[in-house]
Amino acid sequence: MNWSALPGFVSHRDGADMPTVTVETERMRDACFHARDELGFAMCVDVVATDYLSWGGKGVAGYIGTASGRDIYHPMTQGLQALPELKPKRFSLSYHLLALQPGAPRVRLQCWVDEGEPVPSVVSVWPTCDWHEREQYDLMGIEFDGHPNLTRILMTDDWEGHPLRKDYPLGGEPVRFSDAE
Amino acid sequence: MTSAPTALRRRGPIVATSPYEGSRIPPRVPTILDIPDDLRGSEDVFRVNFGPNHPSTHGVLRLIVDLHGEEVVGLSAIIGYLHTGFEKTMEAKTYWKCVTYPERIDYVGYQNNELVFSLAVEQLLALDVPTKAKWMRMLLCELNRIQSHLVFLGTSALELGAISMFWYCFRERETILDLFELVTGQRMHTRYFQIGGLAEDIPQGFYPECRKFVEWMPHALDDYRDMLERNQIWLERTRGIGILSPEDAIALGQTGPNLRASGVDWDLRRDRPYLQYDQVDFRVPVYPNGDVYDRYRVRMDEMAESTKIARQCLDKLERMEGMPWIADDRKVVLPPREELHTSMESLIHHFKIVTEGFRVPEGEVYVAVESPRGESGCYLVSDGGPKPWRVHFRSPSFVALEATATCIHQALVADLIAIVGSLDAVMGDTDR
Repeated sequence: MNWSALPGFVSHRDGADMPTVTVETERMRDACFHARDELGFAMCVDVVATDYLSWGGKGVAGYIGTASGRDIYHPMTQGLQALPELKPKRFSLSYHLLALQPGAPRVRLQCWVDEGEPVPSVVSVWPTCDWHEREQYDLMGIEFDGHPNLTRILMTDDWEGHPLRKDYPLGGEPVRFSDAE
Repeated sequence: MTSAPTALRRRGPIVATSPYEGSRIPPRVPTILDIPDDLRGSEDVFRVNFGPNHPSTHGVLRLIVDLHGEEVVGLSAIIGYLHTGFEKTMEAKTYWKCVTYPERIDYVGYQNNELVFSLAVEQLLALDVPTKAKWMRMLLCELNRIQSHLVFLGTSALELGAISMFWYCFRERETILDLFELVTGQRMHTRYFQIGGLAEDIPQGFYPECRKFVEWMPHALDDYRDMLERNQIWLERTRGIGILSPEDAIALGQTGPNLRASGVDWDLRRDRPYLQYDQVDFRVPVYPNGDVYDRYRVRMDEMAESTKIARQCLDKLERMEGMPWIADDRKVVLPPREELHTSMESLIHHFKIVTEGFRVPEGEVYVAVESPRGESGCYLVSDGGPKPWRVHFRSPSFVALEATATCIHQALVADLIAIVGSLDAVMGDTDR
């Protein structure tokens, strides 16, 4: 398939599961319209963001340890065997598209965003993205530009922070009445 | 009455070109049904909170319903009451500990969720699974599909007043759970699929028991049909209710039985076979009307088809006695228990896998299987370490509930129960 015809095409990489096509963030909606109408990807099955903050931070190591040394009291601190490929920006946002044809052709449209950078909403392309985008906004803090109802969906409306981010604290959640000592 | 309907042939791909043309999807927000302009601010409109603690919501779904008399004129669904942060928790666990989590996400279709996570890790590892494990995974997934559809049928019939259906369906469900217990030691959340194959060999005595069930199930399905398909109340409460057109279903990302009930001939087991689905003979039931009744019929037929697949799996498995059930990759798979007493190497492998976990090569992968509720997908990112960097589950229930507002268009409040039940959402799966 000719991926380079996609609006905002940046790069293309084949994978074991499906090809990954990176497009420019601001042209995401055009790319989705093109994928739906010209390439036949009738369905968007999933929208998922990944936070790559501190990606590769565990360092290169053999068996012995990282630069800071291996902490024997904390297993799994001996580092990675190879440094993973660095990512262009903090978040990746992937749209998994599916064509309803024999063999189920799929493609992953991917764009890269920094914190606070808006992504054009694709609810006008696939209505199903309404809740998917709200979920990524809620848990990952991705801003979708043009979404008709961008509110939290899984967490409560007054929740602070975005739990799936890598810098979200894994404990120490404030407890009611704890400061009343 | 009991004969299966004639097989619907594949009609080629159905591709939505313009989802909004003649669509019933609410125009402003696709998942919120707005009160019509002429009724806005009217004193006749009554706002009701349906749920989150209501027996008909199959868990903790909250619907804010605007009623005009008995007619539903406005609706929005609120989810998240069962959000437990599984995806975040899994980032802090080694892969082999993670296997327990997907099962608890969709606690009715647990085997299929366990399968999709195992397949995703195995694809990143490029690990080959023994044939016997593939057949056994298939068998358990199909039994799980029957079990899940039985829960659907029993509870949604119960909600429409057919209490006896619940007892009949749970009779067969008990048998399936007993079979699971026989194989895995657990009735639900079995954690029987291990990365690389199965956790244990299939115990003796399982095949005859399973065969008994497979022989019995068609008769049970006849019982259900006898009770429902000539029942005037059932027919009137389900036919023509909660209609979802094929274009709307595709635009709303519906998959599985909900999509097939809308006339779209699509099943991942046939269209992109995983495990050994390309080697079994089964039919994909498709019905054209997209109403509650067709969603019921699709699931009824699927139970018959799953029984057929289970029988074929049994035929294969019975001839595989003594064959390996898990891959022989000592970097990933725990060594056999008896070797620990004699082999230093095995002891080291065991210790390393249990304490540190195994490393999964860097990469991202999205794997999808046809779960009882539709496409269940797992997106997995690995940085090369022993814990997943990011796990995301594409849950079919989450997407199914997006169709509520479209289906409920011009429905009565009593139909609301039938419609929400027919979408067959599991709230654990929705909220994760």
